[in-house]
Amino acid sequence: MSEALAAPAAALPKPTIRRSTRTSRLSLVGLAVVSVILAVLPFGAGQGTTNLLVDFFILMTLGVTWNMLAGYAGLVSVGQQAYIGLGAYGVLWLAQHGVEPFIALPIGAVFCAVASAPISWLVFRLRGGYFAIGTWAVADVLFLLTIRDSSLGGGTGTNVPGLNGFDPTVLGAYTYWAALVIAIIALLGGYLLLRSRVGLALTAVRDNEGAARAVGVRVDGAKRVVYFAAALGAGAAGGLIAISQLNVQAQNVYGVQWSAYMIFVVLIGGIGTLEGPIVGTIVFFVLQRTLADYGGWYLIIVGSLAVVMAMFMRQGLWGIAARFGIKLFPVGYNVMTTPDRATHGVDRALPPSGSVSGSQESGTAP
Amino acid sequence: MIWINAIVQGLMLGGLFALFACGLSLLFGVIGVINLAHGDFAILGAYVAVALLPSIHTNALWALLFVPPIFALFGYGAQRTVLQRSLDTGPLTTLLVTFGLSVVIQNALLEGFSADSHSLSIGALTTNAFHPANGVVVPYLRLGILLAAVAVLGSVQLLLRRTSVGRQIRAVADDAEAASIAGVSTRHITGIAAGIAFATVALAGLAFGMYAQFAPTTGSTWLLYAFEAVIVGGLGSLWGTLAGGCVLGLAQTIGEQIAPTAGALAVQLVFLAMLAVRPNGLLPARAAV
Repeated sequence: MSEALAAPAAALPKPTIRRSTRTSRLSLVGLAVVSVILAVLPFGAGQGTTNLLVDFFILMTLGVTWNMLAGYAGLVSVGQQAYIGLGAYGVLWLAQHGVEPFIALPIGAVFCAVASAPISWLVFRLRGGYFAIGTWAVADVLFLLTIRDSSLGGGTGTNVPGLNGFDPTVLGAYTYWAALVIAIIALLGGYLLLRSRVGLALTAVRDNEGAARAVGVRVDGAKRVVYFAAALGAGAAGGLIAISQLNVQAQNVYGVQWSAYMIFVVLIGGIGTLEGPIVGTIVFFVLQRTLADYGGWYLIIVGSLAVVMAMFMRQGLWGIAARFGIKLFPVGYNVMTTPDRATHGVDRALPPSGSVSGSQESGTAP
Repeated sequence: MIWINAIVQGLMLGGLFALFACGLSLLFGVIGVINLAHGDFAILGAYVAVALLPSIHTNALWALLFVPPIFALFGYGAQRTVLQRSLDTGPLTTLLVTFGLSVVIQNALLEGFSADSHSLSIGALTTNAFHPANGVVVPYLRLGILLAAVAVLGSVQLLLRRTSVGRQIRAVADDAEAASIAGVSTRHITGIAAGIAFATVALAGLAFGMYAQFAPTTGSTWLLYAFEAVIVGGLGSLWGTLAGGCVLGLAQTIGEQIAPTAGALAVQLVFLAMLAVRPNGLLPARAAV
């Protein structure tokens, strides 16, 4: 975890570089405990709760992956529903050809990542807002192509075969576990990606793309890696949607509303942090449930909230927690000049002895 | 003869695409705002007509007199507040903000007007047509929309090239800081540019409302068409936008001639093909607008 750095001058105490802090270590333990509790939940809680949590995990997965795209790589895509649709129809097609839906799920997701390579060649020609609408156009093309194939249900949709064999309770539990595993993989994957060399490049791109390019960061390669990973995540989410709803309907899975949901979740929670989408998903669900009786009003309220957040509070709700030095996922580097205190204190409590890590995370290129 | 008819219909449809694209192109070219709520603002314009017309006149052509001015004021206000504020925060913020607005507008329209389709009635003009040749039908309305598109694009071009305001708009688009040093009131000028853009958006929405039925979610599709017309024509070139609109219009009607349901797909495929082989568009502009 920590590595020593040669002291630049004899007068200074020997600094150490740590990636984790006490709060982050504690919170990782906390996350592990939460994961275990969530994993055994189907044995205790009713189907209503687990079904709700499946939707929660799907949205969280989408939020986490979209945040990697927009928050770190600067790729504002409003076309991730292309991969949600491909993932859902991948599961449907494989199930129609005799593959178990739960085995088809990862295959469909990988297929999405593979399909994102040629698509990225096309849409990466566009920048900024044109990239955004370009990805949307690609999703529209896939939708129009899909509804022409009547064996996939055309425009009206069709059931996923191979799911009737399950007992409803067992199917509910399997779906729940699949959703939980995918959400955890998305979070851990995002965490590990951000801690890697690519992650360092991405953090640099997030903070200042021009400067990152100028010091020799391979910006385009890093962006492409994130685009593939986000396609993988959206594909898995799409497959889950197909399995949890038992059928696939083109208008739904290719719908731009998915992009709206993921954008709102990320903006409310805090763009450019790993923790933000989790917070955002919780807020989104609470609002959706509370305003369930008022039709489209929750989208008007959530949308307005997201707009206000984007304009006035870029750090989102998580930004408030981050201000107190709380982080769940330590992806940065903390330089400690007094190793003793580093094991006890939070990094931000070190200004007199010279901590260079004041912000959320600060990176140094190797 | 059916093919000639398809081409004539395609060119007229291209006029509608170009009319939609004009506001998008202008807002991006001058202010740098990619308005993801563009299509929804246009449909909002049509709904403003639906809401106000009953107390004014039965013929929707009257809406042309009051909806574009309302939208021009609205655009000026939006630029001075929300759009400028999000531009100051960062280039990607405008995308997120306008996308959020798009969802808010759609759902507000759903709550206010239900999901039912509406249309704007212009009396006999809705259906009247003339026949320049056997098998070729030219509805007055569609011809009118094409001519309106040419007139709007032409007058915006003239305004930008020949007037003092236009010169200031171009100066701000080129370099806002330098324009400001030279004494241009940049915020006021971008507000005026946004006002013009929003007036054209209202025109496009009204034209569409007379041409076909619309519902609260119709706008998204038309954002895509408008955007594709801009890309196919070439970024920042208004005449290119007209050319792009016509290419997409032709793709739609010729696609429909090949298979009745293939029109929308043909438009998207032509767009992707253009993106692959000619990403700078048909008539790329050398400078902004």
